[in-house]
Amino acid sequence: MYIYADNAATTKIHPAALEAMTKCMEEAYGNPSSLHSVGQKAAEVMQKAREEIAGLIGADFREIYFTSGGTEADNQAIRSAADFGARKGKKHIISSAIEHHAVLHTLERLEKEGFEITLLPVGEKGIVNPEDLRQAIREDTALVTIMYANNEIGTMQPVDEIAAICREKKAIFHTDAVQAVGHVPIHVHEQNIDMLSLSAHKFHGPRGIGVLYVRKGVPLFNLMEGGAQERGRRPGTENLPAIVGMAAALREAVAHMNASGKKVSVLRDMLIEGLSKIPHARLNGDARKRLPGNVNFCFEGIEGESLLLLLDHRGIAASSGSACTSGSLDPSHVLLALGLPHEVAHGSLRLSLSEENTEEEMKHIIDSVREVVEYLRNMSPVWEDLEKGEKEHVI
Amino acid sequence: MLYSEKVMDHFQNPRNLGKMEDADGIGEVGNAKCGDIMKMYIKVKDGVISDVKFNTFGCGSAIATSSMATEMIKGKPVEEALKLSNQAVVEALDGLPTHKIHCSVLAEEAVRAAVKDYYDKNNISYDPALFAEGDCPHCHA
Repeated sequence: MYIYADNAATTKIHPAALEAMTKCMEEAYGNPSSLHSVGQKAAEVMQKAREEIAGLIGADFREIYFTSGGTEADNQAIRSAADFGARKGKKHIISSAIEHHAVLHTLERLEKEGFEITLLPVGEKGIVNPEDLRQAIREDTALVTIMYANNEIGTMQPVDEIAAICREKKAIFHTDAVQAVGHVPIHVHEQNIDMLSLSAHKFHGPRGIGVLYVRKGVPLFNLMEGGAQERGRRPGTENLPAIVGMAAALREAVAHMNASGKKVSVLRDMLIEGLSKIPHARLNGDARKRLPGNVNFCFEGIEGESLLLLLDHRGIAASSGSACTSGSLDPSHVLLALGLPHEVAHGSLRLSLSEENTEEEMKHIIDSVREVVEYLRNMSPVWEDLEKGEKEHVI
Repeated sequence: MLYSEKVMDHFQNPRNLGKMEDADGIGEVGNAKCGDIMKMYIKVKDGVISDVKFNTFGCGSAIATSSMATEMIKGKPVEEALKLSNQAVVEALDGLPTHKIHCSVLAEEAVRAAVKDYYDKNNISYDPALFAEGDCPHCHA
């Protein structure tokens, strides 16, 4: 048995997406910009995919820009809104402390270029308080960019309230919805979202393809120079097979969202209940306001990477916010933003589920994590100090 | 693979793992904040390290380097154990990824800290320069 519980990292391709992609490569291989009939067939296939994706997120097809994925969509949304703001003398941007690096690093760059960045705190539950946004927003706020759901701890942000405040204060609102699209219902028009980033491989679509949705009336600048594709906003020959695969995957995800969300959240709660019984373990992020498939725990006295390697050895694929998995010496900025001390943040485990997981797998995960945590604690001098009372337990 | 087979072997089957009740020297290095702590115990008989044990809080390479370091000093004269370098540990493990080299520095320092403790406890004089603070800024912050 090998259990894949790292769906927040990437997902297995859906058979419908795979089939649509193969068909597209065989039958619609033309360049959508070509005038001949092979090219025009590709253009029709692309238009159909664009309309379908737009419909599935509550947008108009003219508001959909295909990108290489979530990172590019985030970069373009933020840079474009910053550029537009700067032209009007607005050089203030608000975001949160737990954004993905695609957002945070873009903001760091803008800060060096003279923008003022405010990162809202998220409290111990990992959720932005809309009142904090109301306090922080100013006349010169060009953009508010706050993620829909967090990639590490799965917390859902109060997007509707945030969007309403932005609308009232006339600031552009962008949301990185990479972890949310295909997993929870989203309607960009009804929710007053100005810009939204999504990525196909997080909902069983292919990698290397995503969407930046930009509401009609919100200006969009291109990051790269080139041809006139995507109405001049994103040059380069379109990745049509991936676009078609993304449309098929999103169609499947939205069609089964209700049933799959219920099933996955039952598995999630089973895991949370089982892992909570491990002494000195802590669930990170709000227990209710979280993605259906996200489980994130810290275990005191152990380090995340060794936990992951031993779980992999037992046939479980998981992830960690530990420093050692990232190549830096600092643990996850998300866990630190929750107020966790460094030494606790090192011992984190993220399990992200999909509809393919089973109850039996959850039992196996709970047993394995319990055993591995115990084994690592037995060899941990930190745990020894905690048990002897030389150091105080934090969780 | 991130790690060599040898690293995985020492990580999954650590040698000389555990505590030692009657150790002649104990060395603890690193800090939990940076994610690695190694504690090494040595037993010394006639100037030779007759037994060694370790406990480690840390990543796969921290555990593997601790394990390898204990194997490399067991049965060796104390003076020779002091010469153990982190490069030698890394080579014995068939290499480590660049960002994990600091774990091997900790293994070298854990051995030295245990020897220093043994010297101090037994009033054995030594050149303090032998035990200058390590050069890993993160671990000595």
